[in-house]
Amino acid sequence: MTFDPSYKEQGLKSVGTRPLRPDGVDKVTGRARYGADFNMPGQLVGRVLRSPHAHARIVRIDTSQAEALKGVKAVVTAADLPDQSNGDAATFAVLDNCMARKKAMYDGHAVAAVAAIDASVAKAALKLIVVEYEVLPHVVDVDVAMAADAPVLDETVFTTGVEPAPKTPSNVANRSEFGHGDVEAGFAKADMIVERNYKTEQTHQGYIEPHACVANCNSDGTADLWVCTQGPFVYRQVCADLLGLDVSKLRVTSSEIGGGFGGKTHVWAEPVALALSRKAGRPVKLVMTREEVFRASGPTSATSIDVKIGAKKDGTITAAEATLRYTSGPYAGMWAELGAMTSFACYDLENVKTVGWEVVVNRPKVAAYRAPSAPMAAFAIESAVDELAHKIGMDAVDFRIKNAASDGSKSSYGPVYGPIGIGPTLEAAKSHPHMSAPLGENQGRGMACGFWFNFGGQTCVDLNIGADGTVTIAVGTVDVGGSRASLSLITAEELGIPYENVKAIVADTSSLGYNDMTDGSRGTFSSSMAAISAARNAIQVMRERAATMWDISVDDIIWEDGHAKAVGATHDNLAPLSVADIAAEAGNTGGPIAGHSELVADGAGVSFGTHICDVEVDPETGSTRVVRYTVIQDAGKAVHPDYVEGQYQGGAVQGIGWALNEEYVYGADGRLQNPGFLDYRIPVCSDLPMIDTQILEIPNPNHPYGVRGVGETSIVPPLAAVANAVSNAVDVRMFHIPVSPPRILAALNAQAKG
Amino acid sequence: MRYESPATIENAVDLLANSDGHAFVLAGGTDLLVRMKGDDFNASLVVDIKSVDGMGQIEETADGFVIGAAVPCAALSEHAALVAAWPGVVEAANLIGSTQVQSRCTMSGNLCNASPAADSVPAMVAANAQARIIGPDGRRTIDVADVPTAPGQTSLAKGEIIEAILLPKPGARTGDAYLRFIPRTEMDIAVVGAAVNLTLDTDGTVQTARVVLGAVAPSVVVVDAAADALLGSKLSEDTLKSVEVACVAASNPIDDKRGTVEFRNQVAGVLGRRAAAIAFERAGGQS
Ligand SMILES: Cc1cc2nc3c(=O)[nH]c(=O)nc-3n(C[C@H](O)[C@H](O)[C@H](O)COP(=O)(O)OP(=O)(O)OC[C@H]3O[C@@H](n4cnc5c(N)ncnc54)[C@H](O)[C@@H]3O)c2cc1C
Repeated sequence: MTFDPSYKEQGLKSVGTRPLRPDGVDKVTGRARYGADFNMPGQLVGRVLRSPHAHARIVRIDTSQAEALKGVKAVVTAADLPDQSNGDAATFAVLDNCMARKKAMYDGHAVAAVAAIDASVAKAALKLIVVEYEVLPHVVDVDVAMAADAPVLDETVFTTGVEPAPKTPSNVANRSEFGHGDVEAGFAKADMIVERNYKTEQTHQGYIEPHACVANCNSDGTADLWVCTQGPFVYRQVCADLLGLDVSKLRVTSSEIGGGFGGKTHVWAEPVALALSRKAGRPVKLVMTREEVFRASGPTSATSIDVKIGAKKDGTITAAEATLRYTSGPYAGMWAELGAMTSFACYDLENVKTVGWEVVVNRPKVAAYRAPSAPMAAFAIESAVDELAHKIGMDAVDFRIKNAASDGSKSSYGPVYGPIGIGPTLEAAKSHPHMSAPLGENQGRGMACGFWFNFGGQTCVDLNIGADGTVTIAVGTVDVGGSRASLSLITAEELGIPYENVKAIVADTSSLGYNDMTDGSRGTFSSSMAAISAARNAIQVMRERAATMWDISVDDIIWEDGHAKAVGATHDNLAPLSVADIAAEAGNTGGPIAGHSELVADGAGVSFGTHICDVEVDPETGSTRVVRYTVIQDAGKAVHPDYVEGQYQGGAVQGIGWALNEEYVYGADGRLQNPGFLDYRIPVCSDLPMIDTQILEIPNPNHPYGVRGVGETSIVPPLAAVANAVSNAVDVRMFHIPVSPPRILAALNAQAKG
Repeated sequence: MRYESPATIENAVDLLANSDGHAFVLAGGTDLLVRMKGDDFNASLVVDIKSVDGMGQIEETADGFVIGAAVPCAALSEHAALVAAWPGVVEAANLIGSTQVQSRCTMSGNLCNASPAADSVPAMVAANAQARIIGPDGRRTIDVADVPTAPGQTSLAKGEIIEAILLPKPGARTGDAYLRFIPRTEMDIAVVGAAVNLTLDTDGTVQTARVVLGAVAPSVVVVDAAADALLGSKLSEDTLKSVEVACVAASNPIDDKRGTVEFRNQVAGVLGRRAAAIAFERAGGQS
């Protein structure tokens, strides 16, 4: 049956309600099984040895003493993970990041690993591995790394995307450019121009559950991986590629996930665990410590961004330009490119140009972090927009409304928008009581907008109807934010049965067709599309079964309110058949009943949000408290509003942490100074007010219920919203995130000195 | 690694005195257990003092308070007489970590961990607290300020345990206060700490004063110049300014992940001044 995903307005019974979450009891009682909760008989303990140097040539590794230690079953180095990338630079980067080959590229880079019978033997074995390093000059700062005299990390990196191609290697891997119109001509028409440089520091996703897995390679070439991941199918592919395994022989099962935020879309120690298991011939459990998570798993980019925006006195932006420099860790990435694409996406601009520079540095390989690259760009752009509004004497919200993109606007990164939510979120912000609430002493208010693309992608869902008429849907997108509840609601809606009768499970890679991972805010959007399609297929089967049971034509049967109903003068005295009625007879009418769906979910629909933030700053210490915070975002359709609010709040909180205190602090030696939650300061509960939310529902035309992804956009505006609030509270512009107390006091002192 | 939980203090001292040197006292464990998880930590013996007779008690004597080494900080705030006498010490101890941490951690542990940023230490030093130490050679009592000698190091000899913290009875018209700066609201380590303890004369002027800074030097800094500025005053604006200037001058921090030198110096002055104002008010002072 062909599936029509287009939006149709309809009365909804389940979608939009707030039932109890299906995973709640397991999680609060500790029964839920996370990555480190899986165990196998005979499993070994895996540990990774990491470089203490930011940049060093590996002269020699001697593992003989470790191998000789009683209880050690395997020691692996890069030699056990031979390069099978076939010249594919991205695959090689992942491999080299999992296990350093010629050089250690950052403090914490893996250089060897052991598998031993217990943790204390493994720890002792690590100490017996001798690594001889030749320490090389390092660079961690993005601007310093771009300078001509910076130590070059990789002699094979020649900047791509520039004409003519450079003849000497550098730390700049790529240049990208977006935009349209003529910015110079646009600036010439401006009455007022703001031109600034902004910096943001590197942050970590800060998921509470560290990376953990159990790997088991069998002698027949099959292998199993139980792992905490956002994408079991992607992990399967990447691990198979790196280890030279047959993809179909590797089965990956995802655990419950204690946060990922993008950090669990990339492999870290999993290929190492597989290599250890392959060598030891036994299952290997590898759990990263918090310190390892900070030192070696994916932080976001540190950035340096130049912004120039010009406007007429009436508030019309005439031109906008940004140059964005993003660190990507030691390997080339496309993080600046994403930043460049998102920079001015909220606005309808005649002349716009953005340029992204990808910069390699001696820091851990950058990973996706919730709307990757967008928050930093939004900080820079929304700070400049705010300053420009002040300068021309216009209200910050009105100024944005005047320039907001809408249906038909050509976006700064290329496509022309359909119906979008930036205007409505701004209008909602303008009329929100928060916007007009009085401010106390030392308090300031800021606001900012944010954009994210959202994604759909490959999706496969199985829907099985049990003999009792209850329904199980097996999905391949890991539930990171409540998708099992949302998918159950949507399935219940489509079938017309109660939510309680549907159970959603996350299937392993051998039980279901390929699914893209849970990223790009796609989990609920794409899997619900497939679930609806699968449900419609199952309804078709049930109508056919009812036809058999009644011995009438299937054309005379409709599906309504969870029942097969016979229509037409001759049939309408037949009592409708429920799902349970039909399921009970399945053995006699053709066997088990199921619906399947395989599709590429297109048309995810871009997402916008507007945030309002009040802070109070102690002008003598720079101490900042967020006293009120409001998130306004378009959800298309909020399937389970609690979860949508949770996504809004969670993103806002992560953004507040990033804005105020979170940052990687490096010593002069290039070592990370704060690889732990004590000194890497994510907000604690008492740091935050209740985050207020307002859900707007502007239906996505490409989803049957109008759903849009909601998971990421909420982290985009907070950096700017907080910085604008702080700037307004202390009456000094802040240009460097995090706006930590020392930075605020320094800015105040500089201003006092004049 | 061996774990022992002796019932008497003599037994505890014996165990430690006869150990191979890799022995640790375990009080609340909020520092020790965290360190034990590190790859570079090695212990052959851990002596838990929580079951030692009397260690979990706060005793009020004619001279003051005897606070057993295993008394968790949360219990301090439940002792009405102690709170009335030394509100600054109690508030310092109850800034440590969170409610959960406070239910385990002790002031003795905070002291023996010898972190420059320990919260209860500046307040104890300002209050002229002493530590009663027991060891193989018997008991001795020293000023709390003399326990930590450098970051992570104490003057305790092998086999020695702090048995109790002794706080004097404050004289009439005494007030103390402790303030610390952290970027968050809890679960953080002091970037700067400032404690003030002062007593007023019958005429309401400051008669004695101690001003102590934490986290701005390898050990606590007793700022005599700030105390001198307070003496004889009723905390005029000028006095407070002098206290602030003296604290800034005495502050001798490093640049690190928790704050810059410039920031710490400036905030040391602000907190010293603010703590003095609170202590003065608690002593019944009127400017
Ligand atoms: C999450 C968290 C937050 C924290 N926040 C703070 C904070 O805000 N401020 C702060 O100052 N600290 C903080 N700390 C550190 C710690 O909680 C304190 O230093 C606490 O007071 C230590 O007391 P304890 O009884 O738990 O010490 P333990 O861990 O039991 O011992 C600490 C050290 O002292 C030794 N020791 C303990 N008792 C004695 C004794 N009687 N005689 C001799 N040696 C002894 C131990 O051998 C060990 O070396 C925090 C710790 C954690 C885990």
